[in-house]
Amino acid sequence: MRSAGVRRREVLLGSVALAAPRPSAAEPLPLVAIAPGLFVHAGVHEDFAPSNRGGIANLAVLLGEEAVAVVDAGGSPAQARDLLAAIRARTDRPIRHLILTHHHPDHVMGAGVFRAVGARIWGHARLEAALRDRFAVYRAAMERLLGPAIAGAEAVPIEETVAIGKPRRIDLGGRPLELVAWPTAHTDCDLTVFDLGTDTLLAGDLLFSRRMPVIDGSLPGWLAVMDELARIPAARVVPGHGPVSAPWPEALGPQRRYLEELAAAVRRAIRAGRSLPALLADPPPAGDWLLSEDNHPRNITAAYKELEWE
Amino acid sequence: MSTHPLSRRRVLVSVAAASISALSVPVRAQSQWDVLRELFFENRPVADGTGVIELEAPARAHDAALVEVAVRALLPQTPERYVRAVHLLIDRNPAPRAAVFRFSPRTGSASIATRIRVNEYTPVRAVAELDDGTLFTVERFVKASGGCSAPASKDKEVAYARIGKMKLVQPEKLTFGAPNELRLLISHPQYSGMQIDQLTRNWIPADHLETIRITWNDEPVLEIEADISLSEDPMIAFHLVPEGPGTLRVEASDIKGRRFVQTWQLGAGA
Repeated sequence: MRSAGVRRREVLLGSVALAAPRPSAAEPLPLVAIAPGLFVHAGVHEDFAPSNRGGIANLAVLLGEEAVAVVDAGGSPAQARDLLAAIRARTDRPIRHLILTHHHPDHVMGAGVFRAVGARIWGHARLEAALRDRFAVYRAAMERLLGPAIAGAEAVPIEETVAIGKPRRIDLGGRPLELVAWPTAHTDCDLTVFDLGTDTLLAGDLLFSRRMPVIDGSLPGWLAVMDELARIPAARVVPGHGPVSAPWPEALGPQRRYLEELAAAVRRAIRAGRSLPALLADPPPAGDWLLSEDNHPRNITAAYKELEWE
Repeated sequence: MSTHPLSRRRVLVSVAAASISALSVPVRAQSQWDVLRELFFENRPVADGTGVIELEAPARAHDAALVEVAVRALLPQTPERYVRAVHLLIDRNPAPRAAVFRFSPRTGSASIATRIRVNEYTPVRAVAELDDGTLFTVERFVKASGGCSAPASKDKEVAYARIGKMKLVQPEKLTFGAPNELRLLISHPQYSGMQIDQLTRNWIPADHLETIRITWNDEPVLEIEADISLSEDPMIAFHLVPEGPGTLRVEASDIKGRRFVQTWQLGAGA
């Protein structure tokens, strides 16, 4: 199923590489080819800052014979314009689809740039509600954290939705993608993309690698979704944060250990009658995750608030 | 529905107006605390509370919508001298008075803990009111922002499905004749009136707990006046001095007139 399509795309890629880049005011974002016709931009492991323009998440571009799909729009219009320039440096094919893996600002703030060039916006059935609820708050925060890069950021309508239990397909021309919406895990609107031709799973923030996972949905929910994810017959995964490509399902291991140990430690504390401040003052180990200083206490707080009702 | 909540709203507005005028004078003659002291304590003198109460609050909160703070009473509750009330104020919040906790000499200890929303960098303060009406305050500066307008964490249907559900966390074994710490959770969305509805894009009207009455064998233990600065699903840690087994009863009501009642039999196995 995968071999013919892949070979075709390898040929295509060769021809694309010969095309001269178009002139553009934007600086093309660096992309790494991790499989034929599948490019990933690596987000930096930093907090939001003017210097990174919100570019902290991994972003992916999928090239089909007829069209292009972008998975996540970047943390600002400025970053999205550079991603667009990087795509245009490689192909003239239309960018028909922008797939948003969830509502967090590092994934959605550049969406308007792709909508302006004609992309249809895809997301979890709950994404639009989540964005309406939070976009204004996020935008205000991003203005403060990023400065000019955020100018022009707008909320986009989610034109194509994916419901839990009802995966949908997009065909880019010899390149079928399967979109799956998940129950509440990292957030309440997580979506994954499976590139069937290359057996690559684009996990969005259902998978963090190296950068500490952030719980903004449900801790037990996330662990349950990870069990389901592990059954996807992928060869590799693109995490929402982490390396551009990692072996599957081994890449799930560190995140599973962190979340399981966090759940166990918080449940133990609740059972022992320890208060949240007492637990925060003497927290379970954060491991060697990057950016744990703020995120670990936040995760403990989120876990405590959820698990104390068990 | 009733006029009482409306008059409380008016207090909020006047706080905002007062604070704006306080801030707009060229030389800041009046601090936010001066405004609050005038508003809530009729300008009565409020002494330094060191040695009377302590306040524990994080210097920097990781979740501005859920900041757990504890007030520790350093005086024992005796009929001769006791803490009649603890007022918990967040100076720079839109609704600065998060809660007032009213005790009886039988409460055993006026130490409490709860979770608050913090809207911007602000002093958080506890004001202890003794039985003779004297006032003492301590404060801690808390760095956090956005806690009052932060999106509700659950959708409204889910929030209302669980509304009023309570949970009591108690020691494994109740100790008779001494203060026992109990932790009460009451599920309530605590809409602040500063959050936006996911579907209609309208402001969600304020909807929050207004009073919580806790009794032990029909004797008052604690009565709480609550407001929007208490976090979603309010948590109240308090003390109880049981002489033997008995019935703890919690009755809570919100500004929409809902009433939630739950009782627990405690100490029977002790």
